[in-house]
Amino acid sequence: MSTQRPMVEVRGARKSFGAVEVLKGIDLSVERGQIVAIIGPSGSGKSTLLRSINHLETLNGGEVWLDGVQVNQPLNGQAFERHINKVRQQMGMVFQHFNLFPHLTVIENITMGPVILKGMAKAEARALAHGLLSKVGLADKIDAYPSRLSGGQKQRVAIARALAMQPKVMLFDEATSALDPELVDEVNAVMKQLAAEHMTMLIVTHEMRFAGEVADRVLFMDGGVVVEEGPPADIFRAPQKERTRSFLKKYLSA
Amino acid sequence: MQGLDFAVIAPYWDLLLIGAWWTAVLTVSAGVLSFVFGILFAVTVLYAPAILAYPVRAFMWLFMGTPLLLQLFLIYFGLVQIGIDIPALAAGIVGLGMHFAVYNADVIRAGIVAVDVGQTEGARSIGFGKWQTLRYVVIPQAIRNTAPPIGSNVIALLKESSIVSVIGIAELVHSAQLAISETFRPFEFYITAAALYYILNLVLEAALHRFERHVEVSR
Repeated sequence: MSTQRPMVEVRGARKSFGAVEVLKGIDLSVERGQIVAIIGPSGSGKSTLLRSINHLETLNGGEVWLDGVQVNQPLNGQAFERHINKVRQQMGMVFQHFNLFPHLTVIENITMGPVILKGMAKAEARALAHGLLSKVGLADKIDAYPSRLSGGQKQRVAIARALAMQPKVMLFDEATSALDPELVDEVNAVMKQLAAEHMTMLIVTHEMRFAGEVADRVLFMDGGVVVEEGPPADIFRAPQKERTRSFLKKYLSA
Repeated sequence: MQGLDFAVIAPYWDLLLIGAWWTAVLTVSAGVLSFVFGILFAVTVLYAPAILAYPVRAFMWLFMGTPLLLQLFLIYFGLVQIGIDIPALAAGIVGLGMHFAVYNADVIRAGIVAVDVGQTEGARSIGFGKWQTLRYVVIPQAIRNTAPPIGSNVIALLKESSIVSVIGIAELVHSAQLAISETFRPFEFYITAAALYYILNLVLEAALHRFERHVEVSR
């Protein structure tokens, strides 16, 4: 057992969209350097949970903590805006649809955050971006616009953009779901590399094989609750709950 | 009946060119004004608190619902009455600028709304604030996506700028009229003025086309 405080902690998270309750009291704790995969059927609330962690969704109840700082602090207006902008700088988020800025080149997408938000010198930011692009295998696309890239390349740039802020944790929201099958591996390879570097990661995914390979822990969510969680070997080979078994059967037979 | 004789233009060529120069000055300054205020109005209507958004919306509605000629008269002749004396050129630039700002605002507002919400989420997730996100991510894309209709507004502005001749600004139509009053040759001078407008428009269109091509690449 680690005596360190968790890197990410969620306590009793509740979220409703209108009359529909999509998170019904979620507790989650991610240790420093740990990789947690969240699986579950569509509508189970797994994306909402991930988006709540960096406050793209506002919880109706419960708390989110990042490295000892409460993310959803009860502050007002401008004070909360300043607080959340600071907190978000420490969390990298990768989206299903990449959300690269199409009017900026690859390198501008990456340097924008460090230069504007951290006041980093342009030359330094460029060097940082260059290093990150080499890492994700796209050093030759430095001056390209996103529209000239494939989906897999776009997602790798999006990962580099998030890493440029030197985040404490990376959140992946179905990062490969919008990609052609043959482009999935190149993105997974980058995520595996981050795993090898002990980046703390939360990964919402539909790819059971990848989750099994990379995660330290797997959470199975359904109907707004965590049905079952544990090491991937346990969840995938010996699930305890019937709901988990029937979900995995559908996936593994597909 | 007089025959057509374009030789009458020659002594007035300088006057017409100076008129064309002022038309260009009016178009560029009112164009910049209409662009900047178009963005400001659009952002205010969409994001400012009601206490600001409603007056701007009312202002836009008034400027769209009344003739430009009347607006110019109000700014130039009307405001003097309440102690605001604006030189004719400034009144012309402000009048044209505000009139077209309202049209640009309408287009830019639609452009902002059309930017995918993922763009805002992408920027916010990095840590950009609400206004930074607008400034660096949403508005630049809204402008790119609405470049063609904004361009049409600038071309309309160039032509409509002739209306400020009524408050005595010596732009192209005003110069032509001055020459006509001395020569009594309306046909030759109006045709020449029309040709000069056409040339100005060609230059403007080339510039707009270059801009659109530039933003095309980055989409």
